[in-house]
Amino acid sequence: MGDRVMGDDGTVSLTDNSLIVDISDALSEKDKVKFTVHTRTTLKNFNKPEFHVVRQHEEFIWLHDRYEENPVYAGYIIPPPPPRPNFDASREKLQRLGEGEGTMTKEEFNKMKQELEAEYLATFKKTVAMHEVFLTRLASHVMFREDEHLHVFLEFDQDLCARPRGRFQQFGGFVKSLGSTTDQYYLNVTVRDVHDFFEKQMNSLTEYHGKLKEGTVKTDKMTEKHKEVADSYIKISGGLVQLANIDPGPLDKYLMKVADGFEKARKLESRVASDEDLKLADTLRYYMRDSQAAMALLVRRLKCLATYEAANRALERARQKNKDIHAAEKAQTEACERFDSISTQAKEELLDFKTRRLHAFRKSLIELAELEIKHARTQQDLFKKSLQNLQELM
Amino acid sequence: MADSVEPPPLFENVDMKREEAEDDDLFESAVQSQPSANLCLEEDGHDLLNGDSDIGEEIDKLMLNDKSEMENVPINNQSTIATPTMEEVEAEGGDQFIEITITEPQKVGDGMGAYMAYRVLTHTNMPFFKKREFAVMRRFSDFLGLHDKLTEKYLKVGRIIPPAPEKNVIGKAKIKMAQSEQAGNGSDFIERRRAALERYLRRTSQHPVLIVDPDFREFLECDIELPKATNTSALSGAGVMRFINKVGETVNKITYKMEETDPWFENKLVHVEGLENQLRKLHYNVEAMVSYRKELANLTNGVSRSAAMLSVCEDHNLLSRALSQLADTEEKVEAVHMEQANTDFYILCEMLKDYLGLLGSVRDAFHERTKMFQLWQHSQQMLTKKREAKAKLELQGRTDKVDQAGVEVIEWEAKVERSQESFDRISKMIKLEMDRFEKCRIQDFKVTFIKYLENHMEHQAQLVKYWDDFLPEAKAIA
Repeated sequence: MGDRVMGDDGTVSLTDNSLIVDISDALSEKDKVKFTVHTRTTLKNFNKPEFHVVRQHEEFIWLHDRYEENPVYAGYIIPPPPPRPNFDASREKLQRLGEGEGTMTKEEFNKMKQELEAEYLATFKKTVAMHEVFLTRLASHVMFREDEHLHVFLEFDQDLCARPRGRFQQFGGFVKSLGSTTDQYYLNVTVRDVHDFFEKQMNSLTEYHGKLKEGTVKTDKMTEKHKEVADSYIKISGGLVQLANIDPGPLDKYLMKVADGFEKARKLESRVASDEDLKLADTLRYYMRDSQAAMALLVRRLKCLATYEAANRALERARQKNKDIHAAEKAQTEACERFDSISTQAKEELLDFKTRRLHAFRKSLIELAELEIKHARTQQDLFKKSLQNLQELM
Repeated sequence: MADSVEPPPLFENVDMKREEAEDDDLFESAVQSQPSANLCLEEDGHDLLNGDSDIGEEIDKLMLNDKSEMENVPINNQSTIATPTMEEVEAEGGDQFIEITITEPQKVGDGMGAYMAYRVLTHTNMPFFKKREFAVMRRFSDFLGLHDKLTEKYLKVGRIIPPAPEKNVIGKAKIKMAQSEQAGNGSDFIERRRAALERYLRRTSQHPVLIVDPDFREFLECDIELPKATNTSALSGAGVMRFINKVGETVNKITYKMEETDPWFENKLVHVEGLENQLRKLHYNVEAMVSYRKELANLTNGVSRSAAMLSVCEDHNLLSRALSQLADTEEKVEAVHMEQANTDFYILCEMLKDYLGLLGSVRDAFHERTKMFQLWQHSQQMLTKKREAKAKLELQGRTDKVDQAGVEVIEWEAKVERSQESFDRISKMIKLEMDRFEKCRIQDFKVTFIKYLENHMEHQAQLVKYWDDFLPEAKAIA
């Protein structure tokens, strides 16, 4: 998922060390996560060459909103903000396990606990990765990296979100989907898009986004169920061991070997589930959000178009009334320039988005296939070996 | 001798007449004798091993089946588990076999009177069958009727009789209501029942005594419609009687505590109970795994469809193609998951269930022995009473009644002797049966787990192939 874009437009080359950002540590506390954002830089506008601050999820959102509302970046796809850390599912499962402790053997309980803890850890790592990717995309983008809000975010060692939530929106952070979907509808109805290209893009992006969303949901369900299947092996191998214990004789060694096979298979099956999640689900998820960011760009462009058309009408009226023509002309020229620049920029960004998507999918699908093959082969070998052992015991 | 209904269970009403009938040495096979029984048991193990040979064929069958049949592919489409019989001793060889398959379930009739008929196909070289290959049509109640007859005849002497598949009233009603024969409308249920009936017949045919039983043979080879076993219906009068008897039996089992003189039986019972507990748990957990895997298959289908839809609205050609290939791959993976769920179910889950039923039959046999013991104790008590009565009459000088009392004492002495003999016989029989049962069980478990792992391994091999085929498509993007 690391989006070091191959396309040369908008990004700094990989060998550039002028601004390197990563999340060096993270702490999970009750219901919040504290990320340690670590920066190394050779840029002059920072006070020190290396420093770190602690940030929470809301501050990442604050940063994203600052980019989104800035007209200078209107023509760019703003990297989608990371999703809020959510450990509810993991916590619930751990709790349920605790409640059911009495119904299973100590071994079974420990194994399930281990699995859930691993899940929790994986969720945690993922949320760290997603927050990190957001920052690295900003830091490696030729325009975004110069932004003063980013610098404040990276360096300012006090809380950025001291103000209560409500005030954000006053500050113009009115960017969420709440706004953009109604915009789209409104704009599509009242503004004729001058460029065919963009109209097509908007339509196909909307559809694509929808399909990505669906794909993400379905893949998540599948990987979760896959994990459930793997975990169900725990009780079975445990049961076989217990059976062996009360059935002394020619069967007990046999059953123990089968139990062993199940236990090993379980670990592999679990890996398959988590790899499917990492390679497929996460890719779909990320591009779902990225495509949403692309749609936001097109909406901004349409807004710009609306402004331009309004300026045109204003100019006409001014000419008719022969009043404030100069001001109207100036406004119209500005609007036109802005619209042109945003259109040009948007076109490049969309192409770039396509390239990024291509490479990311290619990488993920290749890795997915390779891992699936690897795990299936390992399971195959595992069973072969088990069978050999069992045949000897016959 | 099989004309009597099973006697009411309560201790006081034990039918004395039964003991006389026991003298016939029962309707055991004409060939039954101690030494041959022992020899047979050894052969049992040897021949069962030979059953493994067809697994390779089955796996090929699995791979060749096209998707439309996947969900209903029974794992045990055909295979052999060879069975020896008593005659082997005379035939001096382990080359006798019998192979029973059940195929072609067909719906007969319409509406509520409709029923499913199953084709029972037998291949055998056993001399006491009229032909080497023959088939008959039987319905479910015929199987239950067969089981009832066998139980009536052989349970009393302590044989372990394989239980017949359970009735499932809801599933059956669904079948009757179904307008068409296809559609998932209970076709899983039919397949499940077919496989269960097949396993039931095979297990029964493995038993050296049951295989030669005339009722069993008639069931397999007589190509006539068997008289409808009406008293197998759950709601019939006989069914109600059976239920009452069963309740009575259960009360008896709980309330009567036998003084065990032979620790072998106590240990065995403890062992059996332990096995039942563990198998029950294991069965439950395997069932859970089956249901999860089936759900996984469905969800994989969802992913496949999503990938297909993404492929359609993806404008980059190569990525679009790759996504479409991904959709195909996931569809194939879904099929593998489904097949694996079937493997889990038909090979593992159903075997565990069968053994829970079989252990129930073991307990039944043990219980018969307990009843024999009760009988024996009862006769001893009666004898004592009669002796006391006679002595009392003698003291009273009632010479007219003394003779009668003397006759009764002699009668009861004989009864005591007979019931003790019966008890000893059933104890011996149970030991033999348990020996055979345990050998079969161990072999069954071993074979089953091997089959299970082989199938699992094959499925993983399929996955390797599918993803291997997909990999170049992914690499071809851009």
